[in-house]
Amino acid sequence: MSTPGSQSLFDTDELVINMGPQHPSTHGVLRVVLKLDGERVIDADVVIGYLHRGVEKLCESRDWTQIVLITDRMDYVAAATNNLGYVETVEKMMGIEVPRRARYIRTILSELQRLASHLIWLGTHAADIGALTVFLYCLREREYILDLFEEFCGARLTYNSMRVGGLPGDLPPGWDRKCLELCDIVDQKVPEYETLLTQNRIWLNRTKGIGVITAEQAVALGFSGPPLRASGVLRDIRKDEPYAAYEEFEFDIPVGEAGDTYDRYLVRLEEFRQSTRIIRQAIEGLPEGPIIGKVPRLIKPPAGETYHAIESPKGELGYFIASDGKSLSPYRFRVRPPSLCNLQVLPTLVRGHLVADVVALIGTIDIVLGEVDR
Amino acid sequence: MVDLIVVPLLKIVVLIVAVLTAVAYMVLLERKVQAWVQVRLGPMRVGPHGVLQPVADVLKLLIKEDITPSRVDRWVFTLAPIIVLVCAFWVFAVIPVGPTVELFGREVSLQLTDLNVGLLYVVSIASLGIYGTILAGWSSNSKYPLLGSLRASAQLVSYEVAVTMTLVTIILLTGSLSFNRIVEVQRDMGVWFAFLQPVAFFIYFVGGLAETNRAPFDLPEAEQELVAGFHTEYSGIRFALFFLAEYTNMIVVSAVAVTVFFGGWLAPFPNVGWLSWLGYIPGWMWFVIKVFGVLYAFLWVRATFPRYRYDQLMRLGWKVLIPLAIANVIVTAAVKVWWLS
Repeated sequence: MSTPGSQSLFDTDELVINMGPQHPSTHGVLRVVLKLDGERVIDADVVIGYLHRGVEKLCESRDWTQIVLITDRMDYVAAATNNLGYVETVEKMMGIEVPRRARYIRTILSELQRLASHLIWLGTHAADIGALTVFLYCLREREYILDLFEEFCGARLTYNSMRVGGLPGDLPPGWDRKCLELCDIVDQKVPEYETLLTQNRIWLNRTKGIGVITAEQAVALGFSGPPLRASGVLRDIRKDEPYAAYEEFEFDIPVGEAGDTYDRYLVRLEEFRQSTRIIRQAIEGLPEGPIIGKVPRLIKPPAGETYHAIESPKGELGYFIASDGKSLSPYRFRVRPPSLCNLQVLPTLVRGHLVADVVALIGTIDIVLGEVDR
Repeated sequence: MVDLIVVPLLKIVVLIVAVLTAVAYMVLLERKVQAWVQVRLGPMRVGPHGVLQPVADVLKLLIKEDITPSRVDRWVFTLAPIIVLVCAFWVFAVIPVGPTVELFGREVSLQLTDLNVGLLYVVSIASLGIYGTILAGWSSNSKYPLLGSLRASAQLVSYEVAVTMTLVTIILLTGSLSFNRIVEVQRDMGVWFAFLQPVAFFIYFVGGLAETNRAPFDLPEAEQELVAGFHTEYSGIRFALFFLAEYTNMIVVSAVAVTVFFGGWLAPFPNVGWLSWLGYIPGWMWFVIKVFGVLYAFLWVRATFPRYRYDQLMRLGWKVLIPLAIANVIVTAAVKVWWLS
């Protein structure tokens, strides 16, 4: 293989190769146009928008309760956190006090969602690198989480699981016990995945030193979530600007050092443990009380604009909502999707790596195209 | 007359049918084993526990539309899968499936021909197959297949060296290139070469995985990166030929491994009294059992490991396996010269 820029006897041409939008490992309809020198990537052009449904504009013509349903469709593997971000933003605008029990349950749901989302991430990431077995194991555990969600709100993917001011319903009887069982399962299974990957020489070769992003770069490029923490930046909205009931629980924020694919993997694996830790505390300390606060019959936030962000499994999920105080729908609805902001780092990540690393790097930033395109 | 034409022809027919059946069931076995590893059931619909799945697969591939893209090099495009498959089949000519047996009052050796340079023949025919892969990628006139076939050729060439080196150690031990002789030497020495030459066997196994494009070395057809590698543009029965060739090659590699490292048709533990009943199982059955044992290891590896990256694969081949294989040859030769003689 020739190195870029070296003078050789043979003329070499750049090869432009098109990955996607129909490609098995671009996690949906992402299109990446790669400029290759041999197998080395010189440049990458990320083309998005194939799944654009105009969510933001759509929300501006729906009333405030209907929007919860639309937020499900953005990050469809983590619908509950999407719901949470939206309803909290509206609550913030209207100054609604959410009962403690509802906040606890919201925390539990969003941590379950983090587990489910991370399981999908681990599975697809490993499958991209060729470890197909891990993928099926991960989906098996995710099924248990979906079962819990189904029992709580009746849906397995798009939950519509939050309401402005609280929750649509209380936990079904026995749910908390099942939830604890799930924590045990996850705590037992995650080390099992680790035996397949963490010390595996091939896995180390494929992930160590791949796609290194320094802390400064990560901040400058707008990274958030586990990828940012893997670069060594201690930033987690759950700790920094607590929402739901996070300030009442003890948990650690795993931080990486190298900022490579392996560290991003380790950080997310540690988040599995921290999530089950939070869920356990929340179930143990689950207070009694109402599950919905005092909400006016007609939800109509006062005129003004608000930005509120939560830590979704993929990073900082922010909602900027402006209300004119008169109409029944938002005046302006804007989402800061973690997937999109993380995805813009991809060209920087892949430059100089090999084609095979591109799929590993798409996997490591954990994107969902529903959220990128909205 | 009978010995010259009828018997070889019959053998060829039996061999081809046997190999094709083995390939068909190898595909089923692969899906089943992977499914079991991955807590799934695998094919269950066609026949009880999916035993007729291979039949359904073959029928499906036969009646599928065979598309030749308009910009391909038509001749080469057609020729490529044939080259790959034919080379895979040729190798079986020298593999001894069992000892000489009596059939219908006639001495029949369960081997098409006992070539005295069998080992050399296998190595050379196996490397001819790569032409098919390269030509397939080249004639497809498309980027993914081209990258896939480039990877394949580089990979095959590098691992061939290491694999051939391990076979050299076997030649040193037996003093013969004939497969029959290799098995006989293992019988006489009372030990299978896998235990006498563990390093050689390890290198052979890893190299075999790489040469058949199996995980973790399945780069030429890395689904996640290159869609389907060199056979992206192929469909229908021509795709099936590649598929067939890949699995035939796996069986070839296992068959050679069994012959060279696991005593071919020999029954295990010939000297252990209470296990002597193992000797009553016919030799060809032992051969089949052992081949499927090695194939099972292939599947096991596939279900367990992630995939290597192209440059890492090359590094492993050239910087680890080949030096190791050469060192192994030197040590074996030294032991043979100074110790055994």
